[in-house]
Amino acid sequence: MLETAFFNLFAGLSILSGMGVVLARNTMHSVMFLIFCFFNAAGLFFMLDAEFIGIIMILIYVGAVMVLFMFVVMMLEVNQAKLREGFLQYLPLGGLIAVILIIEFIAAAQSGVFTEGVKATAVHISQQVNNTAEIGQVLYTRYLLGFEIAAIILLVALVGAVVLTLRTRKDAKYQNIAAQVHVRKEDRMRKVRM
Amino acid sequence: MTGLEMAATAGIWTLEILAIAVTVALSVAYITYAERRVIGWIQVRKGCNRVGPAGLLQPLADGLKLVLKETIIPTTANKFLFIAAPIMSLTPALVAFAVVPFGETSLFGIWDGPHVMAIANLNVGLLYIMAISSLSIYGILMAGWSSNSKYPFIGAIRSTCQMISYEISMGFGLVTVMMLAGSLNLADIVHAQAGGIQHWYMIPLFPMLLVYFISGCAETARTPFDLVETEELVSGYYTEYSGMWFATFSLAEYGAMILISLMTSILFLGGWYAPIPALDFIPGTFWLLGKTAFLIFVFIWFRATFPRYRYDQMMRLGWKVFLPWALAWIAVVGIFIYTPGLDSIINFWMPWR
Repeated sequence: MLETAFFNLFAGLSILSGMGVVLARNTMHSVMFLIFCFFNAAGLFFMLDAEFIGIIMILIYVGAVMVLFMFVVMMLEVNQAKLREGFLQYLPLGGLIAVILIIEFIAAAQSGVFTEGVKATAVHISQQVNNTAEIGQVLYTRYLLGFEIAAIILLVALVGAVVLTLRTRKDAKYQNIAAQVHVRKEDRMRKVRM
Repeated sequence: MTGLEMAATAGIWTLEILAIAVTVALSVAYITYAERRVIGWIQVRKGCNRVGPAGLLQPLADGLKLVLKETIIPTTANKFLFIAAPIMSLTPALVAFAVVPFGETSLFGIWDGPHVMAIANLNVGLLYIMAISSLSIYGILMAGWSSNSKYPFIGAIRSTCQMISYEISMGFGLVTVMMLAGSLNLADIVHAQAGGIQHWYMIPLFPMLLVYFISGCAETARTPFDLVETEELVSGYYTEYSGMWFATFSLAEYGAMILISLMTSILFLGGWYAPIPALDFIPGTFWLLGKTAFLIFVFIWFRATFPRYRYDQMMRLGWKVFLPWALAWIAVVGIFIYTPGLDSIINFWMPWR
C-alpha cells in the first residue's frame, strides 16, 4: 500500500515536472523542472531495487550534466516570446505523435504483459543483495569488451572537445609556475662593480 | 505492518532526524564561536568574550540579531527562486548526514550485537554522500541567477567552476578508498580499518587524505579557497542576501564543513576506532567526534594561516595537481593489488580479501 502510494507520488510528480519543462515560460524554470523530474525518476529506480542506478542518476544527471545545462542556459539571452512565435504550427504533428504514444501505452498496459506473471508479482530482493557489487562483477568480466569500447569512445569525445576549443592566445600572459618556483637568486640579481 | 507499528517507526525516524539536524545546527553555532576564539588565540588577541561567561552566549546573540534583521528582496529578483536558493543549499548539507555512521552500539547490552548508529545504513553510502553533496551547487547557481544583478551572477559562475573542479579530484580520491575497503558502505569501510592506527587508510592513502581534505576545503569555500565570498569580489553569489537568508548560506557552509571532517575521519582516520586497541573502552562515538573536532580545528587553523589563492592558481591546483595525483594513486593501488608479491603488502589493509 505504502509502495503504491510512493509509486504514484514519484510517477505523478515526474509527469507534472515533465510538463513543467515544456510549459514554463522561463528557461531557468524549465531547467529546474527537469532536475526535479530526474529526482523523481531516481525515486522510481529506488523502488525497483536499482539503488545503484538511482544514485548514479542523481550523481551524473543532476549533479553534473544539469549543472552544465544550467550554466549554458544562464548565459544565453533566450527570448521566449520570440521562440513561441509560430509555435502552434507544430501542433498537428506533435499532437499526432502524442496520441499514437498514448494509444500504444494503453494497448501495452491492456495486453496483460504487466498484470500477471513474473513482473507483476516480483518480490523485492533482500537487503543483503548488493546491487552495486553485482553490477561491477558482470561489467568487468562478462561485458568487459563493450565497457572498454564505450570508455574509449568517451575518451575520444573528450579529447576531441578539448582539441576543438583549445586555442593559445598570444596576447595573454601565462605563468610558468615551475619556472617561478625554480628561480634562483642569480637569475634575478647581478653584481655590479662600481 | 499495522498502523501502530508504522506510526512507531515514523516516530523513531523523526526522532533520529531531529537528533542529527538539531545537533548539526547547534554545532554550527558553536563552531562559529570556536572559530572566533581560536583565530583570536592564534592572532594573540581575545576573540569574542563579552556576551555571557567567556563569550559563550555570543552565537545565540548573533542568531537573534540575524533573525531580527530585515530580509531585503531586490525588486528585480526572481522572488521564488531567490527565497528557494538558501533552502536548496541548506537541504543537501543536512540530508547528507542521513548515512553517516556515528559509531556502533548495542544499547547497553539490550540488543544482541552491535548496531551501526546511522539513520540509513546504505549499501551505496559513499555514492550517496557524493551525489547529495554535488547538489549544493544548485543553491549557489540559483542565488546568483535569481538576484538579477551582475556581481552575484559572476560570483555564482566562479564558485560553481570551483566546486565542479574539486569534486572531480575528490571523487577520484574516494575511488582508492573503495578499492581498499571493497565496499561502498560507510560502516564496512570503517570495519576494514579495525585494529589500531597502523590499519587506518591514512597510511597507504596518505596523498589521497591530503587531496580529499584540501578539496573538501575548496568545496566548502573555506580559506584559502574562499574567493567565492571575499569582500574584494563583493561577497560572490550572496551579495543581495541579508538577515536570516544570508545566515542560511553560512549554516549550509558550516554544515558541509562538519560533513567533510566527519567523512575524512570515517574514510581515512579509522572512524570510531581508537588508535590503540587498548583504548577501545572509550565509546567509539567519542573517538569519531574527537577526530572530527580536530579536523574542524584544522579548518580554522588553515583560515588563520594561509593567504587566499588567486583564481587561476586555485584552478591549477585542482586540475593540474590534484587530479593527476589522484589518478596516479588509483594506478598505484591497482598495481599493488594485482601484482604477485606486492599484494602481500597491500593485503595488510584489505582484511576482507
